[in-house]
Amino acid sequence: MAKVTRGDFFKFAGAGAGVLLTTSELGFDVAKATEIKKQLRIAGATEAHSVCPYCAVGCSMIAYTRPNPDGTVKLLQIEGDPDSPINEGRLCPKGATAMQLAVSSRRVESPLYRPAGATEWQKISWDDILDKIARHVKDSRDRTFVQVDKKGNLVNRVDGISFAGGAAYSSEEGYFATKVMRGLGLTHLEQQARV
Amino acid sequence: MTNHWRDIKNADVIFIAGANPAEAHPVGFQWFMRAKLDPTKGLGKGGGAKIIHVDPRFSRTSAVADQYLRIRTGTDVALFGGLMNYVLQNNKFHDEYVRNYTNATFIVAENYGFSDGLFNGYDPKKRSYAATAWNYELGADGFAKRDMSMQHPRCVFQLMKAHYARYTPAMVETITSIPQADFLKIAEVVGEMGRPDKVMTIVYAVGWTQHTTGVQIIRSGALLQLLLGNMGRPGGGMNAERGHANIQGNTDHAISWDILPGYLKVPMPGQKNSDDYVKKSAAKKLDPNSWNFFGVNYKKFLVSMLKSWYGDYATKDNDFAFAFLPKPDGNASWMTIWDQAIQGKMEGVFLSGMTATSIGPDSNQVLQGLSNLKWLVVMDPFPTTTSEFWHTALDMDPAKIQTEVFMLPSTHWIEKSGSFTNSGRWCQWKDQVIPPEGQSMHDHWITAEIFQRVKALYQKEGGKFPDPIMHLTMDYKDPRKPDFDELAREINGKDLKTGKQMVTFAKLADDGSTSSGDWIYVGSYTPKGNQMKRRMGISDPAKNDPTGMGFYPQWSWSWPLNRRIIYNRASADINGNPWDPKRPGIKWNGTKWVGDVPDYPPAMSPHDPKAWLPFIMNGEGTGRLFSNTCIDGPLPEHYEPMESPVQNALHPSVQNDPVVYLYDKKGGRANRFGTAADFPIIATTYRLTEHEHYLTQQVPLLVALQPEPFVEMPPGLAQEKGIKNGDLVTVKSKRGEMTVRALVTNRVGQLTLGGTKVWQVGIPIHWGTVGIQADKFPDRSKYWLANALTPFVGDANSRTPEFKSFLVAIDKA
Repeated sequence: MAKVTRGDFFKFAGAGAGVLLTTSELGFDVAKATEIKKQLRIAGATEAHSVCPYCAVGCSMIAYTRPNPDGTVKLLQIEGDPDSPINEGRLCPKGATAMQLAVSSRRVESPLYRPAGATEWQKISWDDILDKIARHVKDSRDRTFVQVDKKGNLVNRVDGISFAGGAAYSSEEGYFATKVMRGLGLTHLEQQARV
Repeated sequence: MTNHWRDIKNADVIFIAGANPAEAHPVGFQWFMRAKLDPTKGLGKGGGAKIIHVDPRFSRTSAVADQYLRIRTGTDVALFGGLMNYVLQNNKFHDEYVRNYTNATFIVAENYGFSDGLFNGYDPKKRSYAATAWNYELGADGFAKRDMSMQHPRCVFQLMKAHYARYTPAMVETITSIPQADFLKIAEVVGEMGRPDKVMTIVYAVGWTQHTTGVQIIRSGALLQLLLGNMGRPGGGMNAERGHANIQGNTDHAISWDILPGYLKVPMPGQKNSDDYVKKSAAKKLDPNSWNFFGVNYKKFLVSMLKSWYGDYATKDNDFAFAFLPKPDGNASWMTIWDQAIQGKMEGVFLSGMTATSIGPDSNQVLQGLSNLKWLVVMDPFPTTTSEFWHTALDMDPAKIQTEVFMLPSTHWIEKSGSFTNSGRWCQWKDQVIPPEGQSMHDHWITAEIFQRVKALYQKEGGKFPDPIMHLTMDYKDPRKPDFDELAREINGKDLKTGKQMVTFAKLADDGSTSSGDWIYVGSYTPKGNQMKRRMGISDPAKNDPTGMGFYPQWSWSWPLNRRIIYNRASADINGNPWDPKRPGIKWNGTKWVGDVPDYPPAMSPHDPKAWLPFIMNGEGTGRLFSNTCIDGPLPEHYEPMESPVQNALHPSVQNDPVVYLYDKKGGRANRFGTAADFPIIATTYRLTEHEHYLTQQVPLLVALQPEPFVEMPPGLAQEKGIKNGDLVTVKSKRGEMTVRALVTNRVGQLTLGGTKVWQVGIPIHWGTVGIQADKFPDRSKYWLANALTPFVGDANSRTPEFKSFLVAIDKA
């Protein structure tokens, strides 16, 4: 599969319908200047494919990153993928501000635990919180497991645990959740298709 | 969607109902506008596609529509019943299509009946219909009898004609409040779409699904499309706009109580083994020319999934571990979870990217459920109204709430790779762009960690039937960190003899020699690699869109088998020629079908007397105008929303859908439905362009664009109540209340229902006790939950809550 880079795309667009960029020969061209400024910002950046995280139009995105000297990665820009037959480069106000969702100071920084009746969160390590949850899952599963129902049918189910979520999962995570939760015996499974 | 976003540009008429795409799916809306601006589309000789918008609220979609109809919420079956009546009475249906491609010719068994709002077979005590109530009359060969002349009094065509004869323009006006003259104008436009060279698409969203009659509303649209011959065609179909990035993918993979991956039914108690399950779940062949592809391959898909889940342990001798699959105790959907929690039967809940408090319905009741849990796990990148419910929600006293709450910071979309499946079934792979923030972990790694720890506890301590846990396959390089690529390969599946990735589900087997986590995704990851990564786009249309129809078959991959329009055999006539040569879906070229990936055997000649009927997935082989697959009737019928200010004009003795499940009543709780005497105003809920559900309360620019919650009300109502634009008002239902600003506009209005005048208002859903604004106004934010108002009741079939139609009272705060 031939990879179309952003530069190539503009060549195509120029050679074809020429709808996206018109090179003005009458002096200063605002669209071009804006484009040059943008190009400078993303020059030499790593280009990656993404898809908008909001509604299910599924607007294709291109994200640009550059490594920081300290080894971390800086997200420079997210824009609509102009080559996409779905959105042809366009994004709505939500997609256009996706940078503020991608990098945010409002994220939950570390696992938090609220014991029964407590009035505040406690910080807790991943290891401890996962152990506590696993203990609950095991105990609730053992307490509410139904092997044979009242009519004598073999049902092998857990009645006391539910799992809901996944509308923003990658499909592969959702598949894994289905497999694991049913493997544990859960039948109360839900996501945002119904609600 | 049966079709896909770009395909909407191929339509002559775009009928939008229960949706507001210009605001809720603005970028997808470009394809609507392309059709409107395309002079080759439209009525008669063209001039641009016509857009019809039916909605309680005049929105930006209405503003560009050729005709806007203000409808009372929850009455769409009456409108579509009226349209079907118009089409049937005036012979506007597509005769050749209806006769050959639908079950109009099938004869229904003698016991069928409908009177006074009830179909035959109703048991008022059980509030349900007999499962066998609506069958065909079978011949000695076991197939359904047909009358190709469609004259038999019990053929589907005649039953349907009689059923909808009651939906006169006058009746439509009485129920929906749409004036007869306006109704007839759109009926005429819709009627023209029954011509073979014309095509209409229907686009809908949760404005249709979120009613007690949601499934039947959607069916009424699909029935109209079948009558007009518009299913399976470019520019046609039934197109549901999904509201979250990957609802489609995760429904396909069955994070849903009632299905297994690929829409296999979930096994139910009493199904003793896999054969018994298949017998009770798969469709039966009802016509000699019906392929019944899904039905005949059901077991292959099930066994291949079990091989993915239980690997070498799953053998023919142990029925491929079928017994391991949990069999639910009846309905186990969203409201059932909270109903069980309120009753103290639910101990723990995992919520991942889904905030119960805001989602509701009836948030106050959900909060009671949350307070009753032993434990609650929230996996989310941001705090949610549920992770924080115990100290931010209305009337919560943390000291009294015994629920242990675990908040696990998870990664979001750009910090992980994997695929998203959009509304049009296109699966696009995305890259991991940046590393996870702070300590956040991928959701599925959290799931894997919990699973491994639970497994270790069972290994150490024993416990209830640990076998399904011990044998579940975790053949990943690191079982605690399954890779997205590994999972994508597993979903596609492989030939277990050669180890090669499968290419088509037609080759899946029921003898344990193949695996596939989700049969409809076979072909997404073949020996040629991950097809979802393909990006051959619009920069080279000649190469990448060879049919010129906008399929772009090498941009991403769409299920099933990269088919872009489902049921596309029906896009061509009996001889294999496209109904409209300018808009072909597929075409028989003398030796094979060309165009889109055919929804049909690629080399089956239409001239072969044994040629399969066009709808290969069901037992009939045809589109079903009449069907026994819904529990509340074989034909859609209008029933009032549970809270309604008027009597059912068709049958006052049967006001509501008679099989709706009444959670509060069954759960022994007090009535939570209000009446028009106390709550005289009809309300509906909706989204705004600048917000996405509840997540965007964390995005500063979007909060700046739409900072505050409001209720949108008509000037007449505001005047009556002495309310000015911008005033704080209280909106109350039987279940809860909100205090928000009044937005006084003509976008919502007054309805006239057979002489009764009723106000209708709209409420956006996005605000709650968590987010940038809630941080500023913590006390006020307790009264910002729109779903504090909505009723705890759902669709008869799907149990989708009735968010879109309920009664409120409004007063100045």
